[in-house]
Amino acid sequence: MKNKRSIKNGTLPAEQRIVLKRTGIIDPDSIEEYIVHDGYFALGKVLTEMKPDKVISILKESNLRGRGGAGFPTGTKWGFVAGIKADKKYVICNADESEPGTYKDRLILEGDPHSIIEAMVIAGYAVGADEGYIYVRGEYKLVQTRLLNAIKQAKEMGFLGENIFNAGYEFDLHIHAGAGAYICGEETALIESIEGKRGEPRSRPPYPTTNGLWDKPTLVNNVETLANVAPIIRNGAEWFKSFGTPSSAGTKVFNIMGNVNSTGSIEVPMGITLRDVISIYAKGLKDGAVLKLAQTGGSSGSIIPANLQDVPMDYNSFANAGVSMGSGALLICSEKTCVVDLAKVLLNFFRFESCGKCNPCRIGNQRAYQILLRISEGLGSMKDLDDLQDISKWLYEMSNCGLGQTAGSPLKDILNHFRAEVEAHIVKKECPAGVCSMSGISPTSN
Amino acid sequence: MTTKTKKDQGFIDIANKAVDMYHSKKEDLIPILMQVNQEIGFIPKEAMEQISLRIRVPQSQLYSVATFYHMFFTKQTGRHVIKFCESAPCHVVGGREVFDALKNELELEPGETSSDGKWTLTTTSCLGVCGVGPVIMVDEDMYGNITPNQIPDILAKYE
Repeated sequence: MKNKRSIKNGTLPAEQRIVLKRTGIIDPDSIEEYIVHDGYFALGKVLTEMKPDKVISILKESNLRGRGGAGFPTGTKWGFVAGIKADKKYVICNADESEPGTYKDRLILEGDPHSIIEAMVIAGYAVGADEGYIYVRGEYKLVQTRLLNAIKQAKEMGFLGENIFNAGYEFDLHIHAGAGAYICGEETALIESIEGKRGEPRSRPPYPTTNGLWDKPTLVNNVETLANVAPIIRNGAEWFKSFGTPSSAGTKVFNIMGNVNSTGSIEVPMGITLRDVISIYAKGLKDGAVLKLAQTGGSSGSIIPANLQDVPMDYNSFANAGVSMGSGALLICSEKTCVVDLAKVLLNFFRFESCGKCNPCRIGNQRAYQILLRISEGLGSMKDLDDLQDISKWLYEMSNCGLGQTAGSPLKDILNHFRAEVEAHIVKKECPAGVCSMSGISPTSN
Repeated sequence: MTTKTKKDQGFIDIANKAVDMYHSKKEDLIPILMQVNQEIGFIPKEAMEQISLRIRVPQSQLYSVATFYHMFFTKQTGRHVIKFCESAPCHVVGGREVFDALKNELELEPGETSSDGKWTLTTTSCLGVCGVGPVIMVDEDMYGNITPNQIPDILAKYE
């Protein structure tokens, strides 16, 4: 009983490895080991037996959705790029993994770099592109080294370059290293960065699918999304849909961290609950502590209280509960975590990482941070809470890109779920978790 | 024109080498800056001027790119750069205490360089090794599961 039904029955949901299948098993510097483990089989099948539109229809049937956070149907995105006539198109792999708490792409690329190269060539063939870029975050040096080696090997073996599999198809692949900017995970900022500019997001529309790199139609996919492509081609859409839930086929890599006994990465079918993740994989909270909250999806994700830990983690169930799945980061926090302090850290991150192009994000994050700082020092007022609510709303409504639009979620979440704790900082001048300094209160003030 | 010191000439040579590596291509500005930053530890004005001349991009634009990305420094850094991850996953598992210990030991605030030119302390967003937080990075070396009392031993490894 290792399929989705076992989750519904409440029995142990087993790990199911699709994208992490080879990591830790094969030598990532050996293309031979990759080939022995089914590597480049899907590419051969695609180039010798399949028309581009057939590849896209399999992806559509599989219900694969983007694993970078937004959950956009992958086959549909490929179809958009394929449907445009252009003299030049590009495929980009977004490996600028910078979401705090997320290191799934690093694991895939360090452990199985060829899987991404294979998927990108397949993508290029399907959408009609002959050139690709892997945008790797600058801090991931080992990833860059392994990818360079893998690209060299793939060229030598004829899986990259001219006339791949003697099918008359040509695809060239480059690596572009980032230089430290969270915003470059946003696809249009990433494209600007490859063009040698500041990583400031473009206004959309037009979307990269029509006007991307050098203004050409461009497919941008996350690492984990691409890692699912070859297995789907090899095993079929029905096989893929046998994992997960009806709205969210397949598996998800989650990164577990925080106040738990066991941190690390797991790949499990979509639809597992946070409760199961904590009890089975994280082996409970440290020192038998009680779960207070979890942050899902990194800084731009959601802060959820313990009473939401039984919501199945798939795109639709999470969306219905107002929770963001995001990148798959799961930060588990005990009662020792203060929500004001946590939100302060998150807003500090956003004010630092905001690219500064649009005012709501540049100013809003700074203002929200200052207010939270004041509250943590015992100097807050009840009006501050209205201001935080407003800033959260304005960030969402008026920011140019996903960074600003999601930066206010921690504010909204702590006021929704933990308002009493925030108010205690203001009214009682105390931090219930004992974390905030309250350093602004002098003995003479009230 | 002002005469160039030996040091300035060294910076210009490094800039030229980096531009050559990328065949003077404008779109490779970021890799070029990365190369210079890696070799010198920061991107000096003289290098910036030379790159600007070679790839025909205005200095203002170069400067705007160089100051945008966190991995680039436009001021002289210490011999060793310490990056402390201040993101939430490290914060909730004791990062705050580690950072206090680090600041005390170095007697530096984030962004500062010690007067002997040995250390630069910076904060950074996530370094992607969150399973072993709190995390600090000294130059290219990553340290995980750090506790405040380990800080002196780690710093002692560097000359």
